[in-house]
Amino acid sequence: MSVVLYAESSDGKFKKVALEVASYAKAVADALGTQVTAVTINASDASELGKYGVNKVLQVQNDALQAFNAKAYADVIQQAARQEGAQVVVFSSSTDSLYVAPLVAVALEAGMASNVVAAPVSTAPFQVKRSAFSQKAFNYTTINTAVKVLSISKNSFGIHENATSVTAEAFAPQLNEGDFATKVAAVEKASGQVSIADADIVVSGGRGLKGPENWHILEDLATTLGAATACSKPVSDIGWRPHSEHVGQTGKPVASNLYIALGISGAIQHIAGINASKVKVVINTDSEAPFFKVADYGIVGDALEIVPRLTQKLKEFKAQNS
Amino acid sequence: MKILVCISHVPDTTSKINFVNGDTEFDTNGVQYVINPNDEFGLTRAIWFQEQQGAKVTVVNVGGPDTEATLRKALAIGADDAIRVNAVPMDGFFVAQQLAEVAKNGGYDLIICGKESLDYNGGMVPGMMAGLLGYNFVNACTELTVEGTQAKAAREIDGGKEVIATALPLVVGGQKGIVEEKDLRIPNMRGIMTARTKPLSVVEPVGGDDKTKAVKFEKPAPKSAVKMVSPDNLDELINLLHNEAKVI
Repeated sequence: MSVVLYAESSDGKFKKVALEVASYAKAVADALGTQVTAVTINASDASELGKYGVNKVLQVQNDALQAFNAKAYADVIQQAARQEGAQVVVFSSSTDSLYVAPLVAVALEAGMASNVVAAPVSTAPFQVKRSAFSQKAFNYTTINTAVKVLSISKNSFGIHENATSVTAEAFAPQLNEGDFATKVAAVEKASGQVSIADADIVVSGGRGLKGPENWHILEDLATTLGAATACSKPVSDIGWRPHSEHVGQTGKPVASNLYIALGISGAIQHIAGINASKVKVVINTDSEAPFFKVADYGIVGDALEIVPRLTQKLKEFKAQNS
Repeated sequence: MKILVCISHVPDTTSKINFVNGDTEFDTNGVQYVINPNDEFGLTRAIWFQEQQGAKVTVVNVGGPDTEATLRKALAIGADDAIRVNAVPMDGFFVAQQLAEVAKNGGYDLIICGKESLDYNGGMVPGMMAGLLGYNFVNACTELTVEGTQAKAAREIDGGKEVIATALPLVVGGQKGIVEEKDLRIPNMRGIMTARTKPLSVVEPVGGDDKTKAVKFEKPAPKSAVKMVSPDNLDELINLLHNEAKVI
């Protein structure tokens, strides 16, 4: 018996979400009175996971798995889950994890709940709280199968240290040709930029910024804060910014610690996509803009005038506090 | 090429979300239903394959009779025929099982779903279908072309995109990008008229217990009021973010 988690890594290093998933798995294991096993694929140092309550790490080192491959990764994780007698298999809500988790659920005949936002409400019946209706509501879902698959909303449970002595062992899954019928031909990734998914802070612009030529103002603020840049749907629809920056209900979801909205009025669809962010700041000329109803801090005024001054003050603040 | 487009019938994105019966059911009162936006992008791509490559496009939905209006809208947009699996969907696995059965019986080469529905946001149906069928699978798909039996796709990854080469039969979890927003189609009068006479068949669900059950809903706690900061006092904003919110 155990709780198994998939600890995602990138270039051999664990992603931050892996540590949150490990923390979550530890909480589930404590509730069930069992142990935590992490599965890693081509990651280097397993010991880091011990800090977050992982008892055992199954390490897969396999050149065929250098590029992400959903079917093959799912095969690795389900075989590890079987070996460990997993009662619960925990994933993050990254695009890769959301790609793999349903395949694992089918292989293990497991019921699955995604967007889980808190430790299980109860373990018998097994019940979790998850977000639904694009962050406009929560639902409590019971999972009735022997094995349960969960994917955890980013930044919802948090990272909790829980030092444990951890053992690592090599794990050699049986992979077949069918696992590799989908091949990665190329990866295009903007280097040196913080991605919206990984960012602790996101700075987002709307039509209130008046044109793509003003975006350097937003970018300066983002650089100062080490933030990712994002935009509202109208801005991506009119082509001021690429679609990859569109956040909202039909764009990318944001669950950052701080979300700063510049010149965004806050249509219900936009709010739905960013509402999982912990702290929201809005700067908008219209004091009646709906964003002020959901924001924590607000400034009524022209972002084009205010943001350069804010950036300058933040630079001074950073210089004093570093 | 035979394409199956899986359509979810969801509340319009501007809907107020409320619950009834002791917060155990979604309040449908006054709610307008639409084709799930992620599915609509996929449907539009399927119509492109129909027009450019002679594909045949079937739309399918798992739902009660009240969801047929949504299927008719998909027919008006250009799908050739429609199937309704006559069951109220309670669980992602159940839906995937129904859709996989339809896909298998119809011998479809390409199955396009949205990557998630905007009501339950489960995001699991396309992957579960692919798992049940043993087909190739691309999730969060933002580009898709097919030549013969070979498919080329792009998927969104954290911070970029990945280009994927694969083959039919294929399940795709689509999203915005698979077609652009501006290429979405509003049904015209001719489409609406012909949709009325296009075949819509009803099939009964295949068995299987629900693996999960949504037992109760809850609305987020009301937010405390926004703290307003003067544009002439940006130091205060920095102070609040640093000392109160502790996010910088």
